[in-house]
Amino acid sequence: MIYAVWLPPLIPLIAVPAARHAADRLAPRAAARLLVSCAVLLACSSTAALGALAALGLLRVNQVASAAGFSPEAPAGHTGPALWTAPVATILLIAGFAQVIRVAVRHHRELRSEQRAIGPTAGELTVHPDEYPYAYALPGRRGKPGTIVVSAAMLRSLRPDEREALFAHEREHLAGHHHRFLAAAQLAAVLHPALRALREPLAYALERRADEAAAHAVGDRKLAAKAIGRAALAARESKSPAARRGAILATVGGAVPRRVMALLQADDATQPARRRCWTCAVAVALLCCLALSAATGVDAVEDLHLNVAHGADPDRAASVTSASWAR
Amino acid sequence: MSAMTEQHGDRRSAGELEASVLAALWAADRPLTPGEVRELLNAGLARTTVTTILTRLQEKGVVDRARQGRGYAYTPVADSSGLHARRMHAELERGEDRGEDRGSILARFVSDLSPEDEEILRALLDGDEETRE
Repeated sequence: MIYAVWLPPLIPLIAVPAARHAADRLAPRAAARLLVSCAVLLACSSTAALGALAALGLLRVNQVASAAGFSPEAPAGHTGPALWTAPVATILLIAGFAQVIRVAVRHHRELRSEQRAIGPTAGELTVHPDEYPYAYALPGRRGKPGTIVVSAAMLRSLRPDEREALFAHEREHLAGHHHRFLAAAQLAAVLHPALRALREPLAYALERRADEAAAHAVGDRKLAAKAIGRAALAARESKSPAARRGAILATVGGAVPRRVMALLQADDATQPARRRCWTCAVAVALLCCLALSAATGVDAVEDLHLNVAHGADPDRAASVTSASWAR
Repeated sequence: MSAMTEQHGDRRSAGELEASVLAALWAADRPLTPGEVRELLNAGLARTTVTTILTRLQEKGVVDRARQGRGYAYTPVADSSGLHARRMHAELERGEDRGEDRGSILARFVSDLSPEDEEILRALLDGDEETRE
């Protein structure tokens, strides 16, 4: 029977929780890299498997049609994928690619419109005279250095040394090209819904990475923690009661208090031994999942290649199909 | 604290110093003289350095200056193109449609807080709040 081709789309169901578990226990930079590589690899192999399924199915329909007089089930003992899988896989594939293009275009537009709307810039800083406290890092256009965009209200709510922590945080986002990580994870999530669950921990890991860089730059973890806390409280205070009620629904897991606590705690090098074992086990399981996913994804494409190579001879192609699917 | 900032004050790039000075002008509610900027930043900068930075900012058109006594006082220039109202709107909206595939790829400094988060944060920062002003 054919199992291999179904693996890549199903593996994320195990690999995603395992990756989240592992990321929780890794340093922020390593966690971000792990999460984004998982997202991209799992999305690619499940898409490859889907593509192989669609193409093989269509190929078989062709073969069946050309071998006139036989019903679709004709090749005796054939164990290829059921005929209905081809149109389903094709539709999923087309929908997936359409979504990828839509999201990529939206990212591009967002960046361009922000970059175009940028006002007078002093080196790396642009200040908007807004009454709502916000700050974000805006990547530069075509290799140009990026800009830190910050509202006047945000600057007023922080003390001078806290502002330095904020700037160092945003500088790290720019230097590390963190927007690319977020974009990659978003595109992967479009191709496989189970990968959506990687986006939130990835965003958190990137914030933590920038927080650590800020703490290092100002030479004071507590100062960096205060900057984050004060900024978040100021943002909340400036909101209308209705917007605050909305935030209750929007917030997941209280990322800001977690970030502040992580900075206030000393580097947590000491973990109980049993927990370390469990983490190792999860890491091994995750690696197995990723390897299996990649291998089966590549395998499915290879099968397709074999089939196309022998496509000229319908009988032989059918035997190759059944042989490779049965593997 | 000031010893710490003094330490790395001079190693910072011109771009970083411009950012600090511009931020200080925005955070103040009145025009500032170079001496006042220097005091506010408390970063161990020489007065001439601050004056140089302010002159450069003025040449770029991001700050304005007016005579005050024997020198100048500086104010930040707000971009009056009306883009901000729209941007602000977009900014607020972005805060609301988190999750799904609509999220922005621009990471914001702080995300929204729930009431419980607010409590936790206040508790975490409380001991420190008393020493402020």
